[in-house]
Amino acid sequence: MRSWRDLLWIPTFTVLVVLAVPWPLWGVDRVLAGFPVWIWWHVAWLGLCAALFARFVQSGAWERVMGLDPDARGDL
Amino acid sequence: MTVGLSLGIVVGYLLFALAVGLVAYRVSESTAEDYYLASRSIGTVVLLFTTFATLLSAFTFFGGPNLAFAAGPEWLIVMGTLDGVLFAVLWYGIGYKQWLIGERHGYVTLGEMLGDRFGSVGLRALVAGVSLLWLFPYVMLQQMGAGEALVGLTGGTVPYWGGAALVTVFMILYVVLAGMRGVAWTDTVQGLFMLSVVWIAAIWVVSAVGGIGAATGAMVEARPEFGSFGGGVYTPGFIISTAITIAFGVTMFPQINQRFFVAESDVVLKRSFALWPVLVLLLFLPAFMLGAWAVGMPVEVPEGANVLPVVLAEYTPTWFAALVVAGAMAAMMSSSDSMLLSGSSYFTRDVYRPLVGTASERREAWVARVGVAVFATLAFVASLFRPGTLIEVGDTAFSGFALLALPVICALYWDRTTRTGMVVGVAVPQAVYLLVVLSSVIPFVPTLPATLAGGWDVALGLMVLSAVLTVGVSLVTTPTADGDASRFAVAGD
Repeated sequence: MRSWRDLLWIPTFTVLVVLAVPWPLWGVDRVLAGFPVWIWWHVAWLGLCAALFARFVQSGAWERVMGLDPDARGDL
Repeated sequence: MTVGLSLGIVVGYLLFALAVGLVAYRVSESTAEDYYLASRSIGTVVLLFTTFATLLSAFTFFGGPNLAFAAGPEWLIVMGTLDGVLFAVLWYGIGYKQWLIGERHGYVTLGEMLGDRFGSVGLRALVAGVSLLWLFPYVMLQQMGAGEALVGLTGGTVPYWGGAALVTVFMILYVVLAGMRGVAWTDTVQGLFMLSVVWIAAIWVVSAVGGIGAATGAMVEARPEFGSFGGGVYTPGFIISTAITIAFGVTMFPQINQRFFVAESDVVLKRSFALWPVLVLLLFLPAFMLGAWAVGMPVEVPEGANVLPVVLAEYTPTWFAALVVAGAMAAMMSSSDSMLLSGSSYFTRDVYRPLVGTASERREAWVARVGVAVFATLAFVASLFRPGTLIEVGDTAFSGFALLALPVICALYWDRTTRTGMVVGVAVPQAVYLLVVLSSVIPFVPTLPATLAGGWDVALGLMVLSAVLTVGVSLVTTPTADGDASRFAVAGD
């Protein structure tokens, strides 16, 4: 069954891709704990991506949208 | 003495890697087959690292640190975004779908899949031809990187062409001796080795200069603009178009695209996908920061040399610096090798077989090997002209591949796509881009601009064109009788 909640992944992925570049910190030159602060943003963001990617995989949303049975496929 | 030691270590390591590849191939023949058939247990690691191996190239080890050294550490953001996030998303959008289709029909190459769907040998050959075309500058990039690395390591005693020639010889030897399938897990071993070594190198250098804070402080003191995000070459246009063209380009890379077909189960694809951003960051962070920190270090980078070996030569013992360079060259060699192998399967399956006719297996293997040797040698000759920086040459190759991506996505997801739409959508942007690229390397032709105001890449516009043409032409043409949209269905029977 397709669910509208599955489609929420589309804006989620869009935000993940767009803000992997620390646009709000454009021109900021603060150094925090040894690295420019925008590098920390990026490092944290990729960590967030990995976590949400794992979540997406477990949700079975992609299989449902493709018309496949998520339970017939393997989980993580 | 020092130069002799460095060279000895580099050549010794390359020979060692060759021997390992050879033994691995001979010993693991059945295991490799097993991997292609069923073995889920090694699937994730091998898929993850053979994909990762594409990153273990001159583009990452030498080009990236060079750019960070010249223009600032923002390159980490560009590469992290495109590879860690955008490519990962495409991995699902293109890779998983391709895997499902390939699982049903047993496709091995992208051209084969599209050719079968649209009932067109011409399209199949076109896609393979385009892929081989852009593989050329990427192989060339490895040779350039190796040449520059040895100049840096030996302080110019070994000339540029010597390093490039060395890696070419080993590339050909690797393919001809280690053969068709044995490379995948030597990629894995080399990937783990390089990942560890880059971290050891970073820790070593950073502790020698007094810690991360001191390294960043010296960097910002020497080049204040390095500390702030953006500026210089890093315009929004550059960041966005580089990230998009490279990420889409990577998915159409023969050896990456082929991995989408060979994953043993969907679990493998899923696990690799979730681990990907972290793995990417682990490699890029130390490699690119070393390049950026180097501006604050008292090192002299000779003209035409790579910054990473110079920094290592300054702060780490000679044997370690040589080991890193050797490891990087070996990793580059083994990933070039997978590229050449995938390329040769494109050539034999999609160009030679349909156009010349099916030959015996022996003859085909022979054609593939000679093809690889000729291809690598021509790339070596072209690398001697050094038509651009490592990043420029790499970016050209990625952009060329990227122009394939949107028509392929269109074919995967839109049943109404027609053969004519595909042919036009692939051929026209390719022809235009080829013209742009050639005009910059042929001296007597006026150079067409490769970027427009604010660093926007022409290839990005051509990607849009490829999508518009594929959709537009498909709408005004009717599907041919030979085409079969149901070939790409993944649900039902």
